[in-house]
Amino acid sequence: MNFDLTEDQIALRDGIRTLCAGRFGMERVRAGFDRSMFDELSETGVFSLRSDGFTWSDASIAFQELGRALVPGPLVWSHLAHGTVEGIITGVERPSDGTLSMVEHLAMADTIVVIDPGGVSSIPRAALDRSVALDWPLDPLTPIHRVEALPDAEPIGDAAIAEQWATGGAVLTAAYQVGMAEACVAAATAYSLERRQFDRPIGSFQAVKHILADMAVRAEIARAAADAAAVTLDDPEIGDITRAAAGARLLASEAALKNAKASMQVHGGMGFTWEVDVHLYLKRAWVLNTVFGTPTTHADALAATVAANAR
Amino acid sequence: MDLRYSDADEVFRAELRSWLARSLAELPSAPSRDDWPARVHYDTDWQRRLFDAGYAGINWPKAYGGRDASPSEQLVFHEETTRAKAPYVGVNFVGTLHAGPTLVAEGSEAQKSAHLPKILRGDQVWCQCFSEPDAGSDLAGLTTRAVRDGDHYVVTGRKTWCSFGHVGEFGELLVRTDPDAPKHRGITWLILPMDLPGIEVRPIETLLGSSEFCEVFLDEVRVPVVNRVGEENDGWRVTNVTLSFERGTAFVSEMVDALRLAEELAPSVHDVAERRELAHVIAELDALWSLTKRNVSQAGRTGVPGPGAMMLKLGYSEARDRLGELSMRVLERGIFDVHDERVEERLRTLSLPIAAGTSQIQRNIIGERLLGLPKEQRWA
Repeated sequence: MNFDLTEDQIALRDGIRTLCAGRFGMERVRAGFDRSMFDELSETGVFSLRSDGFTWSDASIAFQELGRALVPGPLVWSHLAHGTVEGIITGVERPSDGTLSMVEHLAMADTIVVIDPGGVSSIPRAALDRSVALDWPLDPLTPIHRVEALPDAEPIGDAAIAEQWATGGAVLTAAYQVGMAEACVAAATAYSLERRQFDRPIGSFQAVKHILADMAVRAEIARAAADAAAVTLDDPEIGDITRAAAGARLLASEAALKNAKASMQVHGGMGFTWEVDVHLYLKRAWVLNTVFGTPTTHADALAATVAANAR
Repeated sequence: MDLRYSDADEVFRAELRSWLARSLAELPSAPSRDDWPARVHYDTDWQRRLFDAGYAGINWPKAYGGRDASPSEQLVFHEETTRAKAPYVGVNFVGTLHAGPTLVAEGSEAQKSAHLPKILRGDQVWCQCFSEPDAGSDLAGLTTRAVRDGDHYVVTGRKTWCSFGHVGEFGELLVRTDPDAPKHRGITWLILPMDLPGIEVRPIETLLGSSEFCEVFLDEVRVPVVNRVGEENDGWRVTNVTLSFERGTAFVSEMVDALRLAEELAPSVHDVAERRELAHVIAELDALWSLTKRNVSQAGRTGVPGPGAMMLKLGYSEARDRLGELSMRVLERGIFDVHDERVEERLRTLSLPIAAGTSQIQRNIIGERLLGLPKEQRWA
């Protein structure tokens, strides 16, 4: 039992953090996802990590860093599909209640993968050419296409793969959200030290300090949950993966959203501007709550597995 | 990063589990909450059984009767004692989780050998004498005065919220030895024998209708200088050692217990909104337990717990409040009896955001020590 990052994992974390700071600064991030960004990310190995012999825990550490930097793109889908489908991959879980799907980053993608309970299938982008992009997507860095009806798709994985992708997607999304939540703590703390009112830094006021402390606690607890879920994916005998993944998503979704809003509050009027990055974190937090399960579906899944195992 | 217990841990778990099954079967039934002589007997008897079996002072050095268990064995110990519903530490709380660990870290050899083995054997009950009527959140503002007179300190003042004050044989006592120094630099940590002349103890009746807390009045009590832990006027540093145990490890077993209560509540929760609320609380308690494992792992590697240790108490207080409120909503009115475990727990845990540093003080500490924020300007 050692639930601390190994030296290799610390090196991985620091390496990706340095890389993101150097190559994917906010100016580039704000320009949006494109093929050159995908190629550079591919070179770093964030998509191929597990095919290269790394674990879900390692991938989770990498995705925490991508989330911290708010690197845009269909990153989780491209990671999940690596080794099965080549190129830029986006995807969607087939909606159970209708035919309309919302597909992110469709225009940049080579292939769209679809997760059904029974299996995973793929659709070439050309087959979705008639779908319509939202004019002004809520998150400007996550373009969305409305797909009225998903065409026939070619099967590429069975039900077990579908389950693995759905769970792995939830766990990596949780990791990304944890990175976002931590970035919000850092940004709001830095601003509270720099911004002065009443002749002192606003971070000295308890009314502000306590918001920041709650943000830090929320992020740290969510990180413990996200790491535990990734470790459980690597070593399923140690616990109930449904419970671990759902718990991680519940807490990470909440941390990303609440920390973005709290960061906005600490930033005051500046937080309401386009110039300051806070709104980008908040908008991404809302968008991420709609993929790989919602807080509601994860709460239901967690409650169901606890009830099923109740003594 | 892993969460897998080693084969050695699993052997330890199996031995502990079978010992618990045997020992708990032999245990007399727990006494009434208000029968203090019986509670002292029951709790110290359980401590003695743990000691005889080699499970007392699970993380204490062997030299003082502890087990010196590995960090992961400590986690197994918490999991198994909770699962088996073994008695809580009870009147041994201050000795085993507060004063004892402080003596391990800061006490002289004579102090360690005089107290530590007895605490572990259940032969010595301790109480806490930290807070004062005018020194709560501002603990360092305490005014209980100790004046040196030869080989003694003469102590006069008033302490409150003294856990187990009416049953403790020794107290961990904070006094002011230098009234002219800045307030954090004039404090000394003393071992107070509770049978000295000049000590009066009055129980405080809490909202539970009974109490483990007391007021302690000290009137020219002569405490030997050899009872000082650490240097004179260095007591605030020693106090922070004590508080780090109090906030970092002292409530780990009740946190695991909260997870058991949350799981046991599941079959009583039928409403879909309440079920989702319970799921959220369970996710939080699971995560806090994972964070505890992380802290223990980091402490094993670096000697100090990670930053998460400073966050545990705040996170746990909040999650536990949500669990308590949920149980009050979903349980039948028929169980609204303070002797029902869940009702008693709801009432008892109201103290969590207040005791051992309020949640507001915890937020100040996190903000200032972890995030590096400046202190609020003081009133002149």
